[in-house]
Formats: sequence, C-alpha cells, structure tokens
Amino acid sequence: MSETEENLPSERDVAHEGAVGKADNPFADPGLPAHEHRIQDIDERAAKRSERTVAMLFLVSMLATVAFIASYVAIPIDKIVYIFPIGHVSGLNFALGLTLGVALFCIGAGAVHWARTLMSDEEVADERHPIEATPDVKAKVLADFAQGAKESQFGRRKLIRNTMFGALALVPLSGVVLLRDLGPLPEKKLRTTGWKKGIRLVNQSTNLPLRPEDIAVGSLTFAKPEGLEESDEDFANKIAKDALMLVRIQPQNIKDKQELAWSHEGIVAYSKICTHVGCPISLYEQQTHHVLCPCHQSTFDLSDGGRVIFGPAGHALPQLHITVKDGFLEAVSDFAEPVGPSFWERG
Amino acid sequence: MKKLSARRRHPLAALVVLLFALAVTGGLYAAFAPADKAQADDTAQSLAIKEGKKLFAVGCASCHGTGGQGTSDGPSLVGVGAAAVDFQVGTGRMPAQQPGAQVPRKRNIYSNAQIDQLAAYVASLGPGPSVPDKSQYSAAGADVAKGGELFRTNCAQCHNFTGKGGALTNGKYAPTLEGVDPKHIYEAMQTGPQNMPSFGDGTLSPQNKKDIVAYLGAVNGDKTASPGGMELGGLGPVTEGLFGYIFGLGACVAVAIWVAARTTKAKKS
Repeated sequence: MSETEENLPSERDVAHEGAVGKADNPFADPGLPAHEHRIQDIDERAAKRSERTVAMLFLVSMLATVAFIASYVAIPIDKIVYIFPIGHVSGLNFALGLTLGVALFCIGAGAVHWARTLMSDEEVADERHPIEATPDVKAKVLADFAQGAKESQFGRRKLIRNTMFGALALVPLSGVVLLRDLGPLPEKKLRTTGWKKGIRLVNQSTNLPLRPEDIAVGSLTFAKPEGLEESDEDFANKIAKDALMLVRIQPQNIKDKQELAWSHEGIVAYSKICTHVGCPISLYEQQTHHVLCPCHQSTFDLSDGGRVIFGPAGHALPQLHITVKDGFLEAVSDFAEPVGPSFWERG
Repeated sequence: MKKLSARRRHPLAALVVLLFALAVTGGLYAAFAPADKAQADDTAQSLAIKEGKKLFAVGCASCHGTGGQGTSDGPSLVGVGAAAVDFQVGTGRMPAQQPGAQVPRKRNIYSNAQIDQLAAYVASLGPGPSVPDKSQYSAAGADVAKGGELFRTNCAQCHNFTGKGGALTNGKYAPTLEGVDPKHIYEAMQTGPQNMPSFGDGTLSPQNKKDIVAYLGAVNGDKTASPGGMELGGLGPVTEGLFGYIFGLGACVAVAIWVAARTTKAKKS
C-alpha cells in the first residue's frame, strides 16, 4: 500500500456509499450509517423473551421489597448471625441491606435491559435551529421599552431617580448589620483558660486531686482544673482550653531552663491542645519525650520546652507553671500564652 | 549472797565470771541472731531467683548487663518489677531479635515456669510492680462502659478507639490489642513497655485498669460481633471512604463498561 492511499477510504467503503465519489468531493458528509436491526426487532419470540426477562427482574424487585419489610418485622435487632466471609454480623442489618440492594439493583437492571432490547433504537437526526428572535419582534420589544421609559418619566425627574438609587443602595446594609448576630465576640476568651493561681490539678480518670508521688517517671496523666465537672453545661467548651497532660521526666533530662523552673521535681504540665489547629495531642513516647499530634503529625519535645521538632505547628506547646501546696499539685498562674491554634490578633 | 560475796576474791572467781558472761552472750546471740544464709537458700523463692539468674545470664545479660544494671544496648532492669518481665518475655518481645525502632511481638520461647523464675530474679534487683493475679484482670465485677470512657481518655489516642493500633514517629507504632492476653494488657498499663507511658496505680486505679481490660474484651475479643459486618480493619472513615471510592465506584464503572461494550444488534460486526 502506498503512502498516498493510506488515509483514503477503502474500495469497499466507496462501493458501499455509491454516488459519493472521492473525485467529486472528498469531504462530503457521508450521512448516517444504515440502521441495523436487533434480534428483538426481527424475531417476535426474542422480543417476548426480553419482555419476560424485564418483567422477571421487576418481579424479583417486588419480592425483595416484601422480604425487606418482612425481615424488618421478623428479625430481632440484637440477633447475631454468622455469614461466611464476613463473620459475626447483625442478622437484621444483613437482611435489610441484602433485600434493599436486590430490590434496587433489579429495578435498574430491568430498566437497562428494557431500553436496550425493546425500546426503539432508530437513529434520528435532530437539526439545530437559530434561537434569535425575528427582526419584527426585536423592533417591537425595543419600541415598547423606549415608550415605557418615557412614560415613567424616569429620565426627566432626576430627583426620583437619584433617591431611588440611594434607597436601593442602602437596603442591603440591614442584612450586613444582622450578621453581627452570628455570635458573641471572643473578647479575652482566646487568651485565658480556667487555670489560675491556687487551682488544683484533678486527675481526669479518677476525678481526684493529684499528688506528686502518684506520678511516676515515664507515666502519662490527664488533668483538668478543680471545680470543672463533666456534668457542667459548658464542660466541652472549657476542657477544650483547659485540658492538661502531665508527664514526669528525670530533672537532669530536662533541657529547657524555664521548663525546669516551672516543673515540680520533673513533673511537667503541658496543654493538651495542639498549636496547629487545636487537635487534642497525647501520643506521648516516654523514652523520647516526644508527643505527636495525630491530625497533621506535628511533634513536640516535652523535655525541651515543648519545642516543635516536626510538622506544621507554629508555636511551642504552652506549659503550665505548677507547684505543690499541702501535698497536692496546683497551678501557679494561668498559661503564659494563649493555648491552642494561632489566631489573627495573637501576636 | 553472803557466801558468794565472801568468795569474790577467790583466785578462780575471775574465770567463773568470764565463763558465765561468755555463756550469756552466746546464748542471747543464738536466740536473737537472724536466720543464717544456708537456711534461706532452701526456700522456693530463692531457688527461683537462682534459676532465674542462670536464665538471665544466658538470654538477657548481653544487653541488660550481668546484674541487670543495663548497658548501652539495653536499659537497666533495676526496679522494673516482675510485671515488666512477665509482659516482655510472655509476649515474646524479649529477648529482642535485633535492635530497631521498636521490638515487635513474636512467639514466646520460654515456659511459664521459666518466665516466673526470670521475673523473680529481676524483681529481686529492686522493688517494682508484681504480676497481677487473675481476679485483677478478669471481667467479673468490671464496668465496661466506664472502661470505654477511660480507654478513650487515656489509650485511644495511640491504640485507636477499639484497640486496633496506630502509627507513631520514626517507625514506632502502637500495636494492635487484638488477641492480647488480658494479663499482658494489665501489665503494659502498669509498666509502660518501650515508648508507651505507664499508668501507675496512683493515677489509674486497679479498678480502672480492670474496667479497661473488660472494655477491650467486649469490643475486641475473639467472639465480639460486628453489627455492620466488614470492619475493614476498624481504622475509621479513611479506610471506609477509600474502600467505597475504589471498590464501590469501581464496580459501577465496570458494570457500565460491560453493558456498553456488548452490542444488542442482531448482526455482530
């Protein structure tokens, strides 16, 4: 085959299309290919078979829906059954899922089979028409508009026009002002927590005040301020700032001088809220003294002032200055810096 | 008395007094002296320590030192207690196969008696938590709901909400708690193996620990049912979403392609 012939229609195609010759016009529209019939279009028995298949699928769907309702009524909610590849599952969940799945699938499969085998598949060319209006209609609309503008005296009475523009411009402001109701301003709440001088550290597991001898080297304990109870209405809001983790590190292993000064015999108290986006962090590795945030892998070194050693966090983890009074651990003051994620005015 | 005092200047008086004093001192010593060493060596406890020391010299001393004092390859075992030995050896973590980010759980090669002997020896090095007995970690008398609350507060950050485990930094990880002996879970909380912090009785009471063990038995035990089926590892919405996208949407795409690829025409071309 030579190079010139390669992109041309083959002999057979030319013969098939009859009059359209390559000599006259090689780019002529070949038109639609001849319609080919499906077996259901030719053979009535095949069409009947398709009809029965579609009807069968719809019937199975109906039965599955009935089975769905029956299982909902009949199967107790706490019945556990063993299904081979899945294991022990709730019998009710399994039956509902299976029957609803079958019911929906059979409707879809029936519809597809119906459309493909029985509905007409004749190709139809639908010409596009211009959507522009006729010149008469266009002229009339423009004339109507000009007449309306003239009759309203919009162009002549400038005072009305200008005051109307002013009124329309001011009206949306009421909506803007109402946005103030979206919530109270945070005020100082982002900068302060529930900790202040003399507040005892209470163990979150036992709800008892913590004593220094309870906290062993290598242990991890979570604390909340004394007086904050889980039954309090705003507990969730408060603990989101007050949550504390306590670890004990051998004092000679603490590298940061301020951390050592703010600790009690190696017991250090750090905010549990990540300084990146405020996830609770407490994936503490007692040998490395690193604490890892599960959200974005920010890692802080609790033996070095809570310094960020990896990840997107922008600030060191805030430490709470603690001391011992009457044998119990208590705070010396609030955190020296805002806990949790950075915010615009944090500085 | 008069007779006695009359003879106080007798030449043998000094000798008699000396003999008498010696006899009294010796008798008192015999009565009050601590039991001597040869006797103590016969008790079961010290026999276990002796046997444990032999096992320690073979299996542990190369890293932890001949007296358990620790070397550059392994930490000191003074004061870790019998519970730590029972956990580390009982779960097969110790003796470690090779150094690395974390020593994995593997098949235990020691018999229970040998573990007890090793534990007795290490416990003799310094005071530490002892091996809990069955009543401390059995589910009887435990509050599963409270255990779940405590687990989510103290453990779930690393071990996942139902104890499926999770990743930590630099190749370290929190192992799955599936199929772990309740005794070993209890001991891990007591002793804080490897990078896990410990949760001593002062901050997490024995009843709290019992509740946590019972919770894990309820959500992660051998017979625990999964109401929804197909847990996909119980790792949460990420795995479930990924599974839905890949296999759910994938199945839809495959069916659509299969339907469209088959012609309905009578004449197949």
